[in-house]
Amino acid sequence: MSESVESPGRGDARAHAAAEVREQEQARVEAQAAAAAAAGRRGRLAGVGEIRNIGLVVVLVVLAIIGTATSENFATADNLRNILVSSSVIGVVTVGMTFVIIGGGIDLSVGAIVALASVWATTVATQSYGPAVMIVCALLVGAGTGLVNGLLIAYGRLVPFIVTLAMLVSARGLAARMADNRTQLVTEQRIKDIATADPLGIPLLVIVLAVVAVVGWVLLNRTTFGRRTIAIGGNTEAARLAGIDVKRTTTLLYLLSGICCGIAAVMIIARTTTGSSTHGNLYELDAIAAVIIGGTLLSGGRGTIVGSILGVLVFTTITNIFILNNLATEVQNIAKGLIIVAAVLLQRRTTRDAAT
Amino acid sequence: MNRTPEPSTALTLGRRRLLFGAGALGAGALLTACTSNDPEEESNAPAANVNTNAGDNDKPGQAVTIGFSAPAADHGWIAAITTNAKAQADKYSDVTLKAVEGSNDVNQQISQVETLISQKVDALVILPFDGQALTEVGIKAMEAGIPVINLDRVFASPRGSRAWIGGDNYGMGAAAGRYVAEQMQAKGITNPIIGEVQGIANLPLTQERTKGFNEALAAAGMKVSNRVAAEFTVETGQQVTANLLQAAPKLDALWNHDDDQGVGVLAAIDQAGRDEFIMVGGAGSRNAMELIKADSGVLKCTVTYPPSMASSAIKLARLVAQNKGMSDLVENEIPASITLASATVTKENVDQYLPLGFAS
Repeated sequence: MSESVESPGRGDARAHAAAEVREQEQARVEAQAAAAAAAGRRGRLAGVGEIRNIGLVVVLVVLAIIGTATSENFATADNLRNILVSSSVIGVVTVGMTFVIIGGGIDLSVGAIVALASVWATTVATQSYGPAVMIVCALLVGAGTGLVNGLLIAYGRLVPFIVTLAMLVSARGLAARMADNRTQLVTEQRIKDIATADPLGIPLLVIVLAVVAVVGWVLLNRTTFGRRTIAIGGNTEAARLAGIDVKRTTTLLYLLSGICCGIAAVMIIARTTTGSSTHGNLYELDAIAAVIIGGTLLSGGRGTIVGSILGVLVFTTITNIFILNNLATEVQNIAKGLIIVAAVLLQRRTTRDAAT
Repeated sequence: MNRTPEPSTALTLGRRRLLFGAGALGAGALLTACTSNDPEEESNAPAANVNTNAGDNDKPGQAVTIGFSAPAADHGWIAAITTNAKAQADKYSDVTLKAVEGSNDVNQQISQVETLISQKVDALVILPFDGQALTEVGIKAMEAGIPVINLDRVFASPRGSRAWIGGDNYGMGAAAGRYVAEQMQAKGITNPIIGEVQGIANLPLTQERTKGFNEALAAAGMKVSNRVAAEFTVETGQQVTANLLQAAPKLDALWNHDDDQGVGVLAAIDQAGRDEFIMVGGAGSRNAMELIKADSGVLKCTVTYPPSMASSAIKLARLVAQNKGMSDLVENEIPASITLASATVTKENVDQYLPLGFAS
């Protein structure tokens, strides 16, 4: 006579015990995964990342030598400032993009979100509330659209490429509609001042980029969120089995990218003194290109903020050198393409040399 | 062993959710309040360019339907083209305008024009996104007996249109070049450093503008030393100008092809704190004209490329459909080609042109 029916009380206790074991197991696996990821970063991967960055630094140095040799106006304090300021807007967008790509996704909607946020923050109605509301408005629009992207991808189980492509089209459409296809001029002087302010002799826009990059670096390298992002990008299924809430983390990644776009929108409003549905055109490609030459894997799981920022600087410096030398745009585009290939090849070579 | 959630946790969680929900609602309400673009006070936006004094020709005649197709209004100038066409058509009780949604996809524009042809409109006004690509459908309309007014961007074949009306890109560049040369000579600068901010570099219209500018300068023994290309957007205007100003630490004159991107060009100049040169604009936006009138910055002049040409095109289409000629000319039919002159707008004559300025 075996006990075919268990008493309810015992069953409960057993279930609880099992749940507890599962939780403990989960916690242990998560800790292990995190530890492994951390160890990996400190060890082999960190080394590779740094060497990759050295490759980009070499490219930058070569560009600087070419610039100095071909134009007397290159190596001036004014021009270096100009290069840094020119990098600031796209740089902030690129930090957000780096997170999304490391997390195994892609965000094609960044340029459109910048445009929508810039328009929304500069309507006559928004401007009537003053500069603080304009800034908050841009950030909210960025966060809101990013959140929609994230929810659709994580909980709606849609492919990131499709969701953000849809957002690209519709956000730019909404921006054009809201602005009635006009360029909206900013009348608020305090917003325009953002572009010219330079506390401590450093342009405010560059400081914003620096702060975003540092916050991004800390988030990626020193927090659980960063570890989870890397784990999800490396192997989503393993991350899920390790007990990571993949959906929540994925949503946060796109939210983060959206907020970066909101910040970039404020910067672009100040720099151009306008809001327009044409702002941020092709930012998605610029940002993705910078992230990739910065050494981040397009398939996710590996990447650095520093590399992405260096990638942005490489592109801005190329544009600068071409204009200083009075070269035509089409030549510039050919050269940019070649330099992207050269930079990636150079990185691979330095990585391989280091490995052997 | 009973693991019901702690009441206090549940409460905090509830409060957090509530706070978050309220916050989200508040943010939503704030954002919704921010979408309006209606000015609180009386708007000083320019009215659309319409013309009502044209002798007997404007008296109501045979009722006609005019089809209208233009690129997407993603730029102040094109937006003004569409607004002007609609406003001019509204002035006539005998004109019904069928305007199709603007598109920058030539395939879509071709099928839109085909739809208008099959609706048997009495005349067509077409501003093609690309003149070459729309030529065939223009010919098709003409062969179907519908007269086509080709607006601004030229068809590859004259068979595609009954009449062409448009701006003078070469003349615009030449006018800018002449103004710059005069100003340099007046200041006694013999070897000036001249900058140029183009629009989209591979468009024929940009190349014609640059050709006119170069040739007018060459006649005075001057040349452009720094040339950059933007993309007709404010952002690119700001970007390339910021770099151009680094390339030329001292400038004497600067011509910017397009007042829409000019907002960005001027922002870059302000941010660099530069004011040692004179700047000439292009197209003639209201914003640019107001700056010229105020005479407070580097912008001293703009050479026009007036979107009022859309109003004129509607008038021409109406006359063609009603078999009338232009009353100021002797001929019984309208001319086959009309090139508009590019006016040089400076502080002295700006008041005369302000009503034609378009909102960028």
